[in-house]
Order: sequence, then structure tokens, then C-alpha cells
Amino acid sequence: MLKINELRATIDNKEILRGVNLELKAGEIHAIMGPNGSGKSTLASVLIGRDGYELSGSVEYEGQDLLALSPEERAAAGIFLAFQHPVEIPGVGNMYFMRTALNSLRRGRGQEELDAVDFLSFAQERMKLVEMDPTFMNRSVNEGFSGGEKKRNEIWQMAILEPKLAILDETDSGLDIDALRIVASGVNALRNEGRAMLVITHHQRLLDYIVPDYVHVMAAGQIVHSGDKSLALELEANGYVGLTPSLAQVGVAP
Amino acid sequence: MSAPTSTTSLISDEVRELANQEYQYGFVTDIETEVAPRGLNEGIIRLISAKKKEPQWLLEWRLKAYQHWLTLTPPTWQHVTYGPIDYQDIIYYADPRPKKQISSMDEVDPELREMFNKLGISLGEQERLSGVAVDAIVDSVSVGTTFKDKLAKIGVIFCSFSEAVHSHPELVRKYLGSVVPYKDNFFATLNSAVFTDGSFCYIPKGVRCPMELSTYFRINAADTGQFERTLIIAEEGAYVSYLEGCTAPMRDKNQLHAAVVELVALDDAQIKYSTVQNWYPGDADGKGGIYNFVTKRGMASGRNSKISWTQVETGSAITWKYPGVILKGDNSVGEFYSVALTARRQQADTGSKMVHIGKNTKSTIISKGISAGHGQMTYRGLVDMRKSAVGARNFTQCDSLLIGKDCASNTFPYIEVKNQTGQIEHEASTSKIGEEQLLYCRQRGIPEEEAVSMIVNGFCREVFKMLPMEFAVEAQKLLTVSLEGSVG
Repeated sequence: MLKINELRATIDNKEILRGVNLELKAGEIHAIMGPNGSGKSTLASVLIGRDGYELSGSVEYEGQDLLALSPEERAAAGIFLAFQHPVEIPGVGNMYFMRTALNSLRRGRGQEELDAVDFLSFAQERMKLVEMDPTFMNRSVNEGFSGGEKKRNEIWQMAILEPKLAILDETDSGLDIDALRIVASGVNALRNEGRAMLVITHHQRLLDYIVPDYVHVMAAGQIVHSGDKSLALELEANGYVGLTPSLAQVGVAP
Repeated sequence: MSAPTSTTSLISDEVRELANQEYQYGFVTDIETEVAPRGLNEGIIRLISAKKKEPQWLLEWRLKAYQHWLTLTPPTWQHVTYGPIDYQDIIYYADPRPKKQISSMDEVDPELREMFNKLGISLGEQERLSGVAVDAIVDSVSVGTTFKDKLAKIGVIFCSFSEAVHSHPELVRKYLGSVVPYKDNFFATLNSAVFTDGSFCYIPKGVRCPMELSTYFRINAADTGQFERTLIIAEEGAYVSYLEGCTAPMRDKNQLHAAVVELVALDDAQIKYSTVQNWYPGDADGKGGIYNFVTKRGMASGRNSKISWTQVETGSAITWKYPGVILKGDNSVGEFYSVALTARRQQADTGSKMVHIGKNTKSTIISKGISAGHGQMTYRGLVDMRKSAVGARNFTQCDSLLIGKDCASNTFPYIEVKNQTGQIEHEASTSKIGEEQLLYCRQRGIPEEEAVSMIVNGFCREVFKMLPMEFAVEAQKLLTVSLEGSVG
């Protein structure tokens, strides 16, 4: 589904991604872990088409050159990012926002648009997945939401847009244990054979709930270790210290 | 990661292409028009007055205004820049009507009717806006008013100003200049001398006007100024909702529009005045466009009276206006809700003036300024609480939204309180359309142009919800179109 090859990204003359290689197949969940500043969030940003990076290497998504597409084209192609810091949009109702988004995607796929009534019942059903109160739909997008509410709202959006490739950027940060459980069970409910997920996190804790098929460790802009879910436990026990030789290999002081 | 301070990099080529989109109402209609010679002098004023067969008192009032105007110099304090206006190069009277008088709207010149159809305004009473009565004003004269007879049955007078001078001289004489005196300011004084037409509304005691009244202003002839004058009087317990709309052809030369609007609300009366202003804004280089220098004021003279101004200003090369309310009656209420957009090279210095005189008077100012392109937006507002205004309250909120890096926005609030019981709250904010907001929308699949329009409309929602329903929809569309023509 997704094939990242020697991806490099530079911003303000600083190289953040230094040759990332990664392959995801449909139905797989990959976790990316790594210390602060290792380039995890930048990878997510580049995949959704955030502007401002000088790029080299290639990203193939379902046979297309992903880097040639605009952010909205990538969304239409089925890529979704649950943002680390979802932004507030004052005065724009959450329901209206999501209906516009879904209908933009449906238009692109040649499907009929949903009217307000059909959308409402669909949206309400999806809200149950993340145990959200329906009143959230009447509020402005993310405005005045608590940290946990914002994250739940992201997963609700994901449940509505039904992406092929979902990227979760530190969806667990700032969540208490109950909220974490709710968000994770929402994500698990959306797990299926046709959908791949890339879960970016600092903490092994999230991976107790969302069990990945693969775990990758990112450091200094590269993936330096890959393994199965036991790698996450190892990291939890030993930290990233064990990776120092790898950091030396890529030419960065630890 | 930190958000860059400029958002222009996100504006795609498609949007940039849209920047060259033409102003939708920029066409000229070829109508035979009777015009006065260029220039301003006593002779021209006498000519206008004679054309309209005005009574002597009105001619004298005009001439007094003209004499006073000669002693004035144009104001310079506003935060806009433009070259000097040559008042001798303007045509002060242009009449697009055939010579004969028309008795019903069906007799309106087909070309004029076609022009209004193109503008989306129906002069046929059975058609789309059946809940709205329209007074259509082209250049210097009213070309017709719909639903006049139906309104007359309940005592509502809705006609052109010129007609009111003849049919209801006592009302015109009593209220003309009572809110905006002819000495008020440079442009109001000029208007008093040369005003040509406008709308007149009178709602009698206890009557709730059953339909929206509206005036549609159109400048068509070249090199003319439009100087209209609108007077609305709501007697005790009356209610009226009034809307004005305006467009003009695209011309390379700037055209002056210096209007005066006076509203009078007596005890328990309510006037809701909404404006959707879409005068030609000039091209992308700032060539041409309307100078919209307007004085609008309401007198809430009665107890418990209420006057609300709602405006959506997207047009004009320069907008310079401060719709205000004089809160004279005890417990009277004044409101101002505004969305003003400056794109391309448009400039605006606009806001509101609330003068509290009566006890327990209350005013609200909500101003949303949007700047895009090279737009310059200034909010300027005065809240004046006099000594007599015991228990007066004001709430002001000014929000500015910047799109791109070449535009600017300023806020100049003036507050004068001579009363210790007065309460004033002022909130202001300036934000940029965030790169994050745009990316968030686009990541969800919403195309960039739609995302910009969605964010801006969200920003303006508090004001749009004050507009009459069908015009709120129009206003949103207008804003979207205006933005499409400017981002980049």
C-alpha cells in the first residue's frame, strides 16, 4: 500500500528525515517510536503534504507518486492523519465541517453526497465508537475542547472518513488512562483487512491497547531498528540508550 | 513544529488564478441617460431641484448646505490614502428614465428591467423575492418601487425620496437633517446640497411592517457621483426591517458615492437596517472602484426604542463610514454588527458611533474585519457616554482576520465616559488564517478555496446570523466570491 524509499526532508536548511525506508501493507499496523526530535512527526507531515519541506526520495501509495499530490488529493486517496495538536476553527460547526469533508471525498470518488439527515444518523452512530456526546457535533471544530476531547474527535473523524491509511500522531499524548482506553478501542474497532495504520507514539503503553504488527524505532531521521511488538517492550525496559551505536552510524552525536 | 508567520506559500496556483476573476456585476447597461453638465455650482443645485420640482424650502436647504460646504475642507484623519477628488469633474445628476411618468412597475423600461434581472433583483412583484419590497435606484433617480400599493393599505409609506417630497412634505420637512444635520461633515454636507434620490419609509404607530423593505442602488452612468438620501421613520411601537444592496460597473475612474441615511425610532419602535455593499472594488492594481463615503446614523429618540445596523461590506475601492446610533430615549438600544472585507488594493476605515444620552441605554458593537491581498482594514469606533446616561452599558468586540502577508489591519477604539455608572467592555483580537487551519481542512479532503471560505464564514458567523435569512445566504456567497477574487 505504502512504500517509502530513501525519503529525505529538509526545512530551514536542516535535514530532519535522512533517508527513511518503510513499507506498509493493507491490514497492517506499524508503530513508530523514538526520542523527541527523531523525525516521527515530520514523517507524518510529509506524508500528508504539509508545505515547506525540500524533499528527495520517493513515496509510492497504491501505485501513485504520493509526493506529487496536494493534501486534499491525498485525503481523497484515503490518507488520514489524526493530528497531534488538532487546531480550533471558530464558528465552523463540527458536524458541518465533517459533512463537508465527507462529501468532498465522496464527490471525488463519484459517490452521491449525503444530505444533512443521512449524515447526522451516520455521524451519531460513529460517535458511539469513541463514547462522545452528540452535542459535540453542534460545537465549533475543536473550540474549547479538552485535550482528551480533541483526540476523541480525531478518531471520530477517522471513523467517518474511513481512510485506507490512517496515521495517528501521538494520539495518546495528554490522555488519562480512561480516555486512552476509549480512544484505543475506537481505533481497534476501525481495524480491518483493507486498512493500514501508522501509529506514532512515545509510549509503549498505547501499544498495550493497539497491538501493532511491527514496531520501528526512529532516531536522527532514520529507522534504525525494526521488529515485532516485543521491541516496544524492550525499549520500555532499556530506553533508547541501546541505540547509541546506531546514532553513531548515521553520524549524529548522541 | 512552529507555524511559519506567512501563509501565502499555501495559496495554490488555482486560487491565484481566481484572483484575476472579474467582478460579477461590472457590466454597463446601454440606456439613454439624461445627464447634467459636469461640475458643481449653485446652478447645478437649482437644476437638480427644478428637475425634481422641489418646494422652495428644500432648495433653500440645499443652498445653505452648499454655502457651508464651500467653507469646508475634506477630512484627512481617516486611515486611507487616495488622490484629491476633483469635485468639478463629477456629474451630479444622471437620469436613466424615459421622459414619461410610469404608473406601474410593468412600464419600467425593458432594458432597466433586464439590468436588474442580471443583478438578480426582480422588479416583478410575483417573482422570487415576494416577501421583499424593492425600491430600485439607478444613478440619480428611483426607477420604481414594488409593493407600494399593498404597503399603503396598512399605512406604510415606501417610495422614492423625490416622491415623498411631494406626497408627504410635512414628514420630510420635519425629519430631513434631524439626525444628520447638513453641517455634520464634509460628505454629508455635500450630499445635502446635491442629493438626488433615495428611499423614504414611514411606518405608522403600532404597525409591524409585514415584509422586508429594500433599496437596490446601481450606479450605471460614467463619471457620475451617486448622492442618495434615505430616511426611515418608525412611529411608536412600529417595526421595520430594511435592506440595501449596491453594485456598479467596472470603470477605470473612481466614482464617488456619498450617501446619507437617517433613521428615527420613536417610543418602543424598532428599526433593523441591513446593508450588503458590493460596489465595484477596483481592479487588482487598485485602478478604478467606488469611493464609498457614507454617513449613516439612527436616532433612538423614544423610550425602549431599538436601532440595529448590520452590514456586510465587500465592495468599494475605499469605504469610509461609521453607522451609529444616538441613544436618546431611556432604555433605548443600539446595535452594530459588521463584516468588512478588504482584498486586492481595497481600503476601509469603518466602525460605529454609539452616543449614550438616555438612562439605561445599551449598545453592542461586533465588528469582524477581514483583510486579504493588499487590503487595508481599519476599525474606528466611538462609544460616548454622556453625563445623563445613568446606567448605560456598551459591549464592543473587534476581531480582525488576516489572509496573506501583504494586508494590514488596525483598530482605533475611542471611549468617552462622563458618567460613573457607565459600563464598557471592549474585546479585540487579530488572527491570521492559520496554515494549520487550512492544512487541517485540506487533510480532511476539503479543497483549499472552500476551506478559506469556510474559515472566513465561521469567523463572521456572529454577524451573518443577524441578517435576514435569504440575505445571509447571499452575504456568504458574496464573501466567498470576493475572497476568490483576491487571495494570493
